[in-house]
Amino acid sequence: MNQDDRARLGLRESATFDRQTIAAIQRAADTGVYDIRGWGAKRPLPHFDDLLFLGASMSRYPLEGYRERCGTDVVLGDRHARHPLHLDIPVTIAGMSFGALSGPAKEALGRGASEVGTSTTTGDGGMTPEERGQSKYLVYQYLPSRYGMNPDDLRKADAIEIVLGQGAKPGGGGMLLGQKISERVAGMRTLPEGIDQRSACRHPDWTGPDDLTIKINELREITDWEKPIYVKVGATRTYYDVKLAVHAGADVVVVDGMQGGTAATQEVFIEHVGIPTLAAVPQAVQALAELGVHRKVQLIVSGGIRTGADVAKALALGADAVAIGTAALIALGDNHPRYAADYEKLGSAAGFFDDFQDGADPAGISTQDPELAARLDPVEGGRRLANYLRVLTMEAQTIARACGKAHVLHLEPEDLVAVTIEAAAMARVPLAGTSWIPGV
Amino acid sequence: MDTVTSFDLHTTPLRAVNAALHQRDLSGEFVIEHPAGAHNVAVGLNAPVKLTIEGHVGYYAAGMNQQAEITINGNAGTGVAENMMSGTVWVKGNASQSAGATAHGGLLVVEGNAAARCGISMKGVDIVVGGDVGHMSAFMAQAGRLVIRGDAGEALGDSIYEARLYVRGDVASLGADCIAKEMRDEHHQELEHLLKAAGFDGDDTSAYTRYGSARNLYHFHVDNASSY
Amino acid sequence: MCGIVGLHLRTPELYPRLGELLTAMLCEMGDRGSDSAGVAVYGDPAWSPPGRGCVSVLEVDPTAADLGLDVTITRVDETYLLTAEASSEEILDAVKAAYPHALIAGFGSDMAVLKGVGHPRVLTDAWGLVNAQGWQGVGHTRMATESAVTPAGCHPYAVGPEQCMVHNGSFANHATIRRELCAAGVQFDSENDTEVGARFIAQQLAAGRDVEASLKELCATFDGFYTLLVSNRDSFAVVRDAIACKPAVIAETDDWVAMGSEYRALAGLPGVDNAKIWEPEPEVIYAWTR
Repeated sequence: MNQDDRARLGLRESATFDRQTIAAIQRAADTGVYDIRGWGAKRPLPHFDDLLFLGASMSRYPLEGYRERCGTDVVLGDRHARHPLHLDIPVTIAGMSFGALSGPAKEALGRGASEVGTSTTTGDGGMTPEERGQSKYLVYQYLPSRYGMNPDDLRKADAIEIVLGQGAKPGGGGMLLGQKISERVAGMRTLPEGIDQRSACRHPDWTGPDDLTIKINELREITDWEKPIYVKVGATRTYYDVKLAVHAGADVVVVDGMQGGTAATQEVFIEHVGIPTLAAVPQAVQALAELGVHRKVQLIVSGGIRTGADVAKALALGADAVAIGTAALIALGDNHPRYAADYEKLGSAAGFFDDFQDGADPAGISTQDPELAARLDPVEGGRRLANYLRVLTMEAQTIARACGKAHVLHLEPEDLVAVTIEAAAMARVPLAGTSWIPGV
Repeated sequence: MDTVTSFDLHTTPLRAVNAALHQRDLSGEFVIEHPAGAHNVAVGLNAPVKLTIEGHVGYYAAGMNQQAEITINGNAGTGVAENMMSGTVWVKGNASQSAGATAHGGLLVVEGNAAARCGISMKGVDIVVGGDVGHMSAFMAQAGRLVIRGDAGEALGDSIYEARLYVRGDVASLGADCIAKEMRDEHHQELEHLLKAAGFDGDDTSAYTRYGSARNLYHFHVDNASSY
Repeated sequence: MCGIVGLHLRTPELYPRLGELLTAMLCEMGDRGSDSAGVAVYGDPAWSPPGRGCVSVLEVDPTAADLGLDVTITRVDETYLLTAEASSEEILDAVKAAYPHALIAGFGSDMAVLKGVGHPRVLTDAWGLVNAQGWQGVGHTRMATESAVTPAGCHPYAVGPEQCMVHNGSFANHATIRRELCAAGVQFDSENDTEVGARFIAQQLAAGRDVEASLKELCATFDGFYTLLVSNRDSFAVVRDAIACKPAVIAETDDWVAMGSEYRALAGLPGVDNAKIWEPEPEVIYAWTR
């Protein structure tokens, strides 16, 4: 029965109890457990797509491609650290754990990022030798669970990222189900093989920015003040969070909006907690500016970065760099049509697959199954990621040149307008064709 | 003969003291005087040296310790020996919250009382407490052994994984999935060994109760909903 | 987020040193918050002379003429201490009538409250706190979390005559409790979550409950992580929430009882090496009376 048939029969779907909602309620009744999945918020949200750049005009002149330089490098963490990170491009790879991802996937991310001169980030499972070996710059996450945390790896890292939360689940801890707790993952995390991992949502030895100040100093002392300390928050009360992170001593602040992905989180958490990336960025920038540290404490933004346009818009709003997670995995091969038959066998489809929590990923990315993981060639994957990162960079440069900028970090909010009232209000840029910024 | 090198936190900045203790191929004996509750004292050591801290320390003393034998002649603040990998940390007085948090190895001895969250998320360390521990001790304790000669506060071993707990005194309440378990010969021996290492020879191991995971929460299941 | 300190002296020999000791305690906690600070001092003969009511105000420039009372006005940096041969409630009523927008930092016959924006070291210097005397002092240094940095956002909050409260931590459901208190006629000076806790306690005390019962009621009503110190005309009380993640250390000798967010704050007290030192248990109210 197709849409025309249904229309003829007078069948009408409820917007409140639509088929997806009905399926969700029935699933809950069948199992008695909440639905857990991967990926970030899927619902439509005001996002970078609702912003447009004001390109060259009579009063603003573009730069020629190729000959007229448009720089893309960025320095992260030069506030206190002896060795800040000098990245060639303002796009980094976000934290994703070995455990959530396969070994080949982590290796591919390291290869790709290093090829273009940017960093990768470990996740909620510790540092693997493959990733450290392949990544030119490796940011080491410091999470509530402290799985695999140790001072040797801390010293091997190029930066340390203290994680309070992530956009998909601000206030939630890590989650990894038994089918992904392989012998190696279990060993790294000091857990029994095959169990469903329960994780803490708060750090075990500090709560609050006053105590975070002391913890940041501890990590600096242990590593002799060499490495930048990042503080990552999921986007909620971003304005206050960024101010407090700065007060606590962060060198870099990472803000992850609700579109940010996860490998395994409750659906309700993903869709109903946290704010859109677009709404978080201006709050973060305002906080930094009011403290006089914009561009001195760098801001990395993540959560739904997909194209060079998204990169350019985030920078224009005041970010120093962006991080990609979901997009990086797609570049590696996640949801590729070549696995269509496999997805269907799993009850999903290419372009819809989000069951990272099950560990049966046909692309070999979010799995611990050795046969599936072997499908991902890390060298090929690294090349694909490097290609994608280059495209992101070139796209951002193209836009920046069109706006007359000699460096992508010279993009500014005044280069942007919005096409919806919500986006105008969240991004704090005028509605196109007007000088109106709602709420300002 | 090993020299004894002294540092005075009244006159020397902490950063200089820690940097000196991070020197490659460090050897010998060290003393830190006048800590006066300072935080992050002797963090990140990685050498088989002896260090004595004369006085009370603040947070994270001996954090991430490797190999060193550190004695604190006083009380320790939050997170003493947090994430220790090896070596020993010996607190003569009392320890504040989260003593031995997330530590992977080595031995932490607290002669007095430890406060809340003793051994939280422990990942292989041995902790022996001469006195009591506070609430939520051994929360999410994954591996290692925790010996408590006194009483334990509320919710002992909540969400415990494979760590083993031995308590001589009263337990105010047990946390989710933590239950009393049988003390077999190997447990008596293990406990005796730990007590001896901590300088508490002579305790009757039969006076202790062993606690550990019931392993009911190892897989998400609707019947355990009330525990989540 | 913040640092809190409290000192309750038992021997009169130490009364002349209250200010000196309190200053050291407060400044040591400056790392926990340096946006602003406040202190309550009980028993200083210059600031709150015996036999006279005392009201501490900010954000106005008071004159005796405006108040219609024979008040002595002492300026201590940004705070004005108004004392008179009248009850502090009478002085308070006069202040509210003459200056409806004044910030009342505290009122009571034996207590002066000073507040200011800036680093505790700078503020205690401006106040000359080191020379203050008395039998009890409470202090707070602030790292503002969700509200602005203004004198109105500083602790301590005066909850009633000679009563005040300082807080380390944050409440999670205070917005609703604020609305309930507003509906009951309570007036607020700031958007600060601590003020909700303080006004809640004041309401409980005004309804006839004692400090311990009031704090028990607070623990049952408020969500959040908090260490609270509530001081009174003859006592002080400390309580932590059930989860007790925010730090608190108590030290006690025959000569004094002290509380601080970190041991460091207590390290300079006379005889601290022989003090009994412990951490408060969650939801247990520790109180000391004169």
